[in-house]
Amino acid sequence: MFNAVAIIVILLMALIVLIPLLNVVAASFSAGSAVNAGKVLLWPVDPTLENYRIILKFKKIWIGYRNTIFYTVTGTILSVTLSLLCAFPLSQKQFSGRKFFNKMFLITMIFSGGMIPTYMVVRDLKLLNSVWAVLLPTAISFYNVVIMRNYIENTIPKELEEATRVDGCNTFKYFTSFVLPLSKPIIAVIAMFYAVEQWNNFFNAFLYLSDGDLYPLQVCLREVLIIGSFGSGDLDPEVVAAVQGLSASLKNVVIVVSTLPLMCIYPFVQKYFVKGVMIGSVKG
Amino acid sequence: MRFRKFRTIMKRDWQLYLFMLLPVTYFVIFKYLPIAGLQIAFRKYTARGGIWNSAWVGLDNIKKFIESYQFGRVVSNTFLLSIYSFAVCMIVPIVFALIYNTIEKPRFKKATQTIVTLPYFVSIVVLVGIMMQLFNNRTGIYGNIYELIFGRYPEDIFANPRAFRHLYVLSSVWQTFGWNSIIYIATLSGVDANLHEAAQLDGASRMKRVWHVDLPHLVPTIVIIGVMNMGRIMSVGFEKAFLMQNSLNIKYSELISTYVYNVGLGGVYQSDFSLATAVDLFNAVLNLILIFVANKIARRMTDTSLW
Repeated sequence: MFNAVAIIVILLMALIVLIPLLNVVAASFSAGSAVNAGKVLLWPVDPTLENYRIILKFKKIWIGYRNTIFYTVTGTILSVTLSLLCAFPLSQKQFSGRKFFNKMFLITMIFSGGMIPTYMVVRDLKLLNSVWAVLLPTAISFYNVVIMRNYIENTIPKELEEATRVDGCNTFKYFTSFVLPLSKPIIAVIAMFYAVEQWNNFFNAFLYLSDGDLYPLQVCLREVLIIGSFGSGDLDPEVVAAVQGLSASLKNVVIVVSTLPLMCIYPFVQKYFVKGVMIGSVKG
Repeated sequence: MRFRKFRTIMKRDWQLYLFMLLPVTYFVIFKYLPIAGLQIAFRKYTARGGIWNSAWVGLDNIKKFIESYQFGRVVSNTFLLSIYSFAVCMIVPIVFALIYNTIEKPRFKKATQTIVTLPYFVSIVVLVGIMMQLFNNRTGIYGNIYELIFGRYPEDIFANPRAFRHLYVLSSVWQTFGWNSIIYIATLSGVDANLHEAAQLDGASRMKRVWHVDLPHLVPTIVIIGVMNMGRIMSVGFEKAFLMQNSLNIKYSELISTYVYNVGLGGVYQSDFSLATAVDLFNAVLNLILIFVANKIARRMTDTSLW
C-alpha cells in the first residue's frame, strides 16, 4: 500500500516535470494554426517540419548559436585551467599560503561588490562589447574550485607527493605527471559544470555586450521568446510572411533547438554530474 | 630570523605561489576591485571623478533610498518572494527524496531521477519562455484547460501582479527540485540498514520509519543547505525577475536586484551609479547579517553549521 502510493507520487512529480517539456516539443512539430488554436497537448497536431524549415533560415539564431559554441568551448577551457591552477596549491597541506588564500576566496562567496561596481571594472578595463566581457568576469567559480580541491586532497595520498620529491621531482613535474592524470574524473565533472553554466549564461552578455554579432544564444532567445520580436530585418520576405501567425509554434522550435543539445547529452553523463554534487557537499 | 624563515618557506613554496598567480589576479580584479568600487555608494559618482575622485557625500545615497517611495516596496517584495521561495524550494526536494528513497525499483528510480533533473539544464531565458507558452491565456495549456472548465478564456496571467510570485516560485521548484534532491537521496543511501531492521522488529510502519529513521539522518544536510540558501535569501535571482517583469506586474516584480539594474543601467530612471550601488550594498549587508544569524541559530539548535 505504502509502496504503491510512493510510486504514484513520484510518477506524478515526474509527469509534472515532463509535460511542459513534451508540450513544447509537440508544439514545435505542429502546424501554426493548431498551436494558435491551443489544440496541441502532448502530441503534434497536423505534424509538419515547416517551422524548422523557417527557423533554419533565421540567421540571428544561428549567429547566436555559433557564438554560444565559441563561448562555451573557450570559456570552459579557460575556467577549468584557472580552477585547476587555483585548486592544486590549495589542496597541498604544507602550502604556507593555504589558509590565507582559502579565506580570501571564500569571502567573495558571501560578499561581493555587486552589479554596478563590477560593471565599472569591466568598463574601465575596456572590455565592454568584447568576447572577454562574457568570458572573464565569471571565469572562476570558487564553489567549483572547492570541489576540485577536496577531490585532490582526498584521493591523492600525501605520501605520493613526498615520494616524488625525494626522487627529485619538482612541483611542476609532480603536477603535470601525477596530479593531472589522477584528477581526470574531477576535471571532466567540473568542465561539464562550467560548460552548462556558459551555455546558459545570459547575464554577462546582456549587461556587457551591445553588438548583436557577439550575442550568445541566450540573448537572442530573450528577444525572440520574451520580447517577442523576430526582428524581421534579418529575414527574407518569404519568411516574414510565414512568421505572421506562426510565431507561437516558432517560439517552440527555438526553445527545442537551443535546449536540445544539453538535454540529449545529459542522460549519458548524469552519473558524473551526480558525482560532482556529492564531492561538492563534503564540507570544505 | 624572521626573514630567514620567510626565505626557507619561499624556497620551498615558490612554485605553488606561482600557480596561484593567475587565480589571485582574477579574484583581485573581478572580485576585490568591485568591492573597493562599493565606495561610490558614499560618493556622488560623476564620470569625470570616477571611483576614486568623486565627491564624498556620506550616507546621502542610502538615505535617499530609504526615504524614496520605492524603498518599502522593493524591500518587502524581495523579502516576501525570498521567504516564499526559500520555504518551498527547501521542502519539496526533501519530501521528494524521502518518498523516492522508499521505492525499491532501480530502473523506475533511475528513469524518474533523470526526468526530474532535466529542467535544471534549461536556461532561465528558456524557462521564462516555456512558462509564457504554457500559461498563455489563449494558446497555452493553462488557457485551454481553463476554457474547458469555465467555458471562457482566462485573463492574461502575466498581467496579473498577484500571480507573479506564484509563477516565480513554482517555476523555480519545477526547475530545481530534482537537482536539489540528489544530495538528499545520496545522504539517505547512507542510513544504517540495522536501524530500519530494528524499527521494523518494533513494529514501526514504513511511514513511521521515514519519519523517525530517515528524516533525522537528513537533518545535518538540511541544516547546511538551509544556511547556505539563507545567505542567498535576499539576492533572489535578478535574471528571472527581470525577464518576467512587465509594466503591469511591476508592483510585485520590482525587487532590490532589478531596482539596482533599473536605477544604474536600465535607462528607466536617470542613471545613478551611486544610488544603485548604495541600494545593492544595503542588500549585501542585510544578506551577510542573515547568513551569520542563520549559522548561529543552526549551530545552537543542531550542532551543525557552515563554519
